[in-house]
Amino acid sequence: MKDRNHLSNVGLVHEVSIIENGLIDIPMLQILQPDGTPHKKAKVPELDQQLALKIYRTMRFIRVLDERMVAAQRQGRISFYLASTGEEAASVASAAALKPQDMIMSQYREQGALAFRGYSTEAFMNQMFSNEKEANKGRQMPIHYGDKALNFMTISSPLGTQIPQASGYAYGQKMAGEEAITICYFGEGAASEGDFHAGLNMAAVLNCPVIFFCRNNGYAISTPAEEQFAGDGIASRGLGYGVKTIRVDGNDTFAVYAATQQARAIALKDNCPVLIEAMTYRLAAHSTSDDPTGYRSKDEEARWQQKDPIARLGAWLKNKGWLDEEQENKDLEKIRQEVLQELKRVEKVPICKIDEIIEDVYDTPPWHLKEQLSELKKHMAKYPEAYPKTSGRL
Amino acid sequence: MAKMNLLQAINNALITAMEENEKVMVFGEDVGHFGGVFRATSNLQQKFGRDRCFNTPLTEQGIIGFANGLASQGSVPVAEIQFGDYIFPAFDQIVNETAKWRYRSGGQFSCGTLTIRTPYGGGIAGGHYHSQSPEAYFAHTPGLKIVIPRNPYQAKGLLLASIRDDNPVLFMEPKRLYRASTGEVPEEDYTLPLGKAEITKSGTDITLLAWGAQMEVIDKATELAQKEGIDAEVIDLRSILPWDAETVCESVVKTGRLLISHEAPLTGGFASEIAATVQDKCFLNLESPIARVCGLDTPYPLAHEKEYMPDHLKVFEAIKRTVHY
Ligand SMILES: Cc1ncc(C[n+]2csc(CCOP(=O)(O)OP(=O)(O)O)c2C)c(N)n1
Repeated sequence: MKDRNHLSNVGLVHEVSIIENGLIDIPMLQILQPDGTPHKKAKVPELDQQLALKIYRTMRFIRVLDERMVAAQRQGRISFYLASTGEEAASVASAAALKPQDMIMSQYREQGALAFRGYSTEAFMNQMFSNEKEANKGRQMPIHYGDKALNFMTISSPLGTQIPQASGYAYGQKMAGEEAITICYFGEGAASEGDFHAGLNMAAVLNCPVIFFCRNNGYAISTPAEEQFAGDGIASRGLGYGVKTIRVDGNDTFAVYAATQQARAIALKDNCPVLIEAMTYRLAAHSTSDDPTGYRSKDEEARWQQKDPIARLGAWLKNKGWLDEEQENKDLEKIRQEVLQELKRVEKVPICKIDEIIEDVYDTPPWHLKEQLSELKKHMAKYPEAYPKTSGRL
Repeated sequence: MAKMNLLQAINNALITAMEENEKVMVFGEDVGHFGGVFRATSNLQQKFGRDRCFNTPLTEQGIIGFANGLASQGSVPVAEIQFGDYIFPAFDQIVNETAKWRYRSGGQFSCGTLTIRTPYGGGIAGGHYHSQSPEAYFAHTPGLKIVIPRNPYQAKGLLLASIRDDNPVLFMEPKRLYRASTGEVPEEDYTLPLGKAEITKSGTDITLLAWGAQMEVIDKATELAQKEGIDAEVIDLRSILPWDAETVCESVVKTGRLLISHEAPLTGGFASEIAATVQDKCFLNLESPIARVCGLDTPYPLAHEKEYMPDHLKVFEAIKRTVHY
């Protein structure tokens, strides 16, 4: 039997010697330099042309979608939006390193992972316009996607709640003997929630095949990382909980891809959690309700513009001869057209019928909900003009 | 007097409290330099320094636990929870700790100086994680006070009273009215009493009771009823805990009828508690059953928000039913 005495491996010292944070020095994996050329000693992960282009095109698509939807929000066409500009590599390249059967439990800035899995432009729009075609029946604010067929768990707004849930989901996958893991995305801000600590500890102790993927983008709304935590970021916490850990350049597609691929293999083989801390930057506002000029400098943003993950991968692809300028521009135009057309089309789809208001609260609506619905319908029939989106289809 | 919106009135109350007492400290997510996501704490850090107005890490459990410790030490924390919907990670700290600190220590220690501010309520296309009205969960907790203002004047007077009250107070702000509600607010210091309801309109035919943002809805329904010859008495409860049963019951004795309206779901909502008490105290004066116009017993929806809301038309219909019972 393994010696379970937790003091058995502790070395002894005989003078007071307090360990300081500075002694932990967690390096950051970088394969592609900001100019798009690989580091001399770095090994570019094995990606065929098709996959490399798919990753690139997904990042492009997300950027276009983000731009378009932020504009649509300004025009009052949708109520809210949250862009992932600058962080596309973190979500797309990590999702690319997974298998379709792996579960994704995301925060809200990982539309890239969903797009990589094949979520259609129409599906994105349906959710944002909360219409009757949306899988979650229009119950949540824009960007709270979810798709069972794509193994993408429906997003919840309260931060950090998905972290211990991911541990549980992964444990279930292991117990069921599946060749699958769970990846759980969150921000460095959400990593302050109690759920983060509970989730990592549970996963480590219960040997759960889960990847905790932290996007450390420097801000949680207006709170800069240095007011969020003291110490060496989120990575050092993984070690504290006994979780295997790696820090990567989150704007480097190859670093993210390679690390996630290995993390997946380890999680599956050793039945254990792995923490990835992706160092990146939120170039956009936190959301359409936010104004970053109130708390950070243009200079700072400009410096990060230089590390744009899309330009970086684009440069590599061009050097390699896998991407040509002309084709790329055509492609971009096509994405723009598609997003615009879908937006215009989906905007007109009606919202769910009123009967759905009481569905899914329970497996079947109990008496009191049925009673409330029937009262509501009678009331609406009396004042149809007050409920214009639903009264026409009572 | 100055014209202020609800946010400015809250900001003004916080400045008044911080100027008066240097033990007052304001903190929470994003409240520092940025002034909070709604800007209720604008300029406080610039005025009073980072030690007294600061950002916290993103942990509601941590914020309230920290505030409990601070309060028990004798400081005067005013902790912000960014949205009422996100108060639940702090539920244990509030329900088991904040509320019971004085009781469990035989009065030796307490969190009496703590005030927790949080925006609540819907009507802002926020879906079920930015629209909840969680007052009833906390009203089930002995040891807390719960206060909800309906306009800027009330907000300043009630917030100052909450900060100075020697009991932990949960101060819930109707976010729908943050910018929409404006009014004259005295620049000088004043307080409004906790635990006291306010009769905002006297009438003879029915008592209408609500709080916070729902007062607007009640006022609109009152106007519709007036046109039908129904003269309603309107009461703003203002404090959910302890609540002013005396004022409410006196009114019901006079009008013989009561309608209570809140946005939170019907079942287990605070209207149930009021209804039970009023039927106990005013049984023989009641001329019709007590009506409740509340949110449905579903999570707060997004697409169907308009249908879900206990709006003025639903209240108006219930007024007629109750009066013509
Ligand atoms: C429990 C909880 N508290 C507060 C919020 C409000 N809120 C939404 S996003 C956010 C910041 C999150 O920052 P981070 O996790 O770093 O992710 P990022 O937005 O930077 O991608 C906050 C405070 C929330 N959604 N849930």
